[in-house]
Amino acid sequence: MAFFSLGSSGRGRGKAGDGRKPPSYSAAGLLARGLTGEDWPRVWRDVPLQSSYDVIIIGGGVHGLATAYYLATNHGITNVAVLDKAYLGSGGSGRNTAIVRSNYLTPEGVAFYDRSLNLYNTMTEDLNINVMFSERGHLTLAHSDSALRTMHWRAEVNKLQDIDSSVIDPQQVAEIVPSLDISPDAHHPIMGALYHPPGGIIRHDAVVWGYARGADARGVEMHQKTEVLDILCTGGDGPDGKGPGGKVTGVRTNRGDISAPIVVNCTAGWASLISDMAGVRLPITTQPLQAAVTEPVKVFLPAVVVSGSLHVYVSQTDRGELVFGAAVDPFTNYNVRGSLEFTEGLAGHILELMPGVSKMRLLRQWAGLCDMTPDYSPVMGFTPVEGFLVDVGWGTYGFKAGPVSGEQMAEAIATQQTPKLIEAFKLSRFEAGTLVGEKGAAAVGH
Amino acid sequence: MLLVPCPNCGPRNASDLRHVGESTARPDPSTASPEEWRTYLYLRDNVADWNVETWYCTRGCRKYFKLERNTATNEFRNPPLPGTKVGGKA
Ligand SMILES: Cc1cc2nc3c(=O)[nH]c(=O)nc-3n(C[C@H](O)[C@H](O)[C@H](O)COP(=O)(O)OP(=O)(O)OC[C@H]3O[C@@H](n4cnc5c(N)ncnc54)[C@H](O)[C@@H]3O)c2cc1C
Ligand SMILES: [Zn+2]
Repeated sequence: MAFFSLGSSGRGRGKAGDGRKPPSYSAAGLLARGLTGEDWPRVWRDVPLQSSYDVIIIGGGVHGLATAYYLATNHGITNVAVLDKAYLGSGGSGRNTAIVRSNYLTPEGVAFYDRSLNLYNTMTEDLNINVMFSERGHLTLAHSDSALRTMHWRAEVNKLQDIDSSVIDPQQVAEIVPSLDISPDAHHPIMGALYHPPGGIIRHDAVVWGYARGADARGVEMHQKTEVLDILCTGGDGPDGKGPGGKVTGVRTNRGDISAPIVVNCTAGWASLISDMAGVRLPITTQPLQAAVTEPVKVFLPAVVVSGSLHVYVSQTDRGELVFGAAVDPFTNYNVRGSLEFTEGLAGHILELMPGVSKMRLLRQWAGLCDMTPDYSPVMGFTPVEGFLVDVGWGTYGFKAGPVSGEQMAEAIATQQTPKLIEAFKLSRFEAGTLVGEKGAAAVGH
Repeated sequence: MLLVPCPNCGPRNASDLRHVGESTARPDPSTASPEEWRTYLYLRDNVADWNVETWYCTRGCRKYFKLERNTATNEFRNPPLPGTKVGGKA
């Protein structure tokens, strides 16, 4: 594991932008700094903002950073700036519950998320940072006949694409997670579950920093506290040359205007506001999603457990905290304030599943903004404004999609063509009426 | 979470109502093109600002009405708007 390798001290990395892989962190480096009190080197450079780039990416979450990383790594496009109005990972990428899986419902979704899981599998080596991917298995509980039918449906779609996914009975559920109440007289009895062994959790901060560090080493610039206030366009149908038929010329920020022929919207919860600046309307509404974490206890929960009917999911971190989540808040808004309704509902539902945790105390709750689409699938690729691309509509499930989205968006930018893997997710599907209905696999289990 | 000013029941917790969403103009069924229908169905302004939206009072008076809410601050302003009853979205 990279974290324990005694090789590099995490120092002495190549000059930023020289294209070398950044070195891994090590136990020796940690010990040395513990003894000397010496500061860690900056993880990415802080350079002056230039007046033009080949590509501007708005949003420094996993999607924006992965797109930048793959543009540089796979296509040699390095004159790229990632702009974030706050700090890297300040959006959903630093707030999610870090569940990764590929057992979706549509063939398009399954193929796409499976590619992401493959990229996650080799990420620790690829980015030289320990992303602590724990492939611990993922269980989606069924509490009714109809839920069980959907699980069978999903399992069959999954198997067709070689995804390890099957329906198991309550006894098998209890063997994997003994703390679940499987008694048939429970208010919502567990009738079975969709079991997906390759699913698991990952350290989301490391993924964000890993992509940022990797992109930086290849020459990409990251600019924090740089807010995009407007997108500059010419030739479009709308006011100021925006809108369909026009093309992008750059962005206006709180630090001045920057020109670029390609601007990519990777702003998740803020996606509509950014697209509006280019005159592009999106099928998106913004809704907060809340999560909560308990005090740490001895590790007892080996898998990720999701209950769609009870609107709750739970996993246990390596440190022993239980991490909970649910469905999105029931109305659109741009606030990230937690609510008592959420914790009340959560506690009630989790106790129905695991009566044993009744004495545990919540440590903290938080929320992040989610960009919900009508079919629970993303919106990716080109728009009616030339040079303006979107990678949005990530709802409550976009963290796991970060790597594959970055890879595919980079290919779209480099080749100016929509890659096959994201063909189904283009914006024009809403005009054509060819939606990709993923609700059955994404509404509660993110 | 949020107190929604129902015109009939007074302030009620948002969990007693259903947020139908941003109010959009319904095209004329006899002349609308498929594209216009889909725009109406799917595309939203999703502003972080004052917005007119439809609510349904599920656990109270069971009426639809329109309200003005600021989606950045969650404040409501003005009484419910005239002509508030909307059809077709049960
Ligand atoms: C509580 C919670 C739990 C979740 N759980 C899971 C999960 O278990 N598994 C999963 O796969 N997904 C999960 N998600 C969803 C996932 O977190 C998101 O879909 C994903 O992180 C989106 O990443 P992103 O890079 O597209 O956007 P974000 O990480 O949200 O980044 C967008 C960035 O854009 C920046 N920005 C916005 N406006 C501007 C502007 N005008 N100028 C410059 N920058 C701007 C913001 O500051 C922000 O940093 C969860 C989300 C939440 C909130
Ligand atoms: Zn009422």
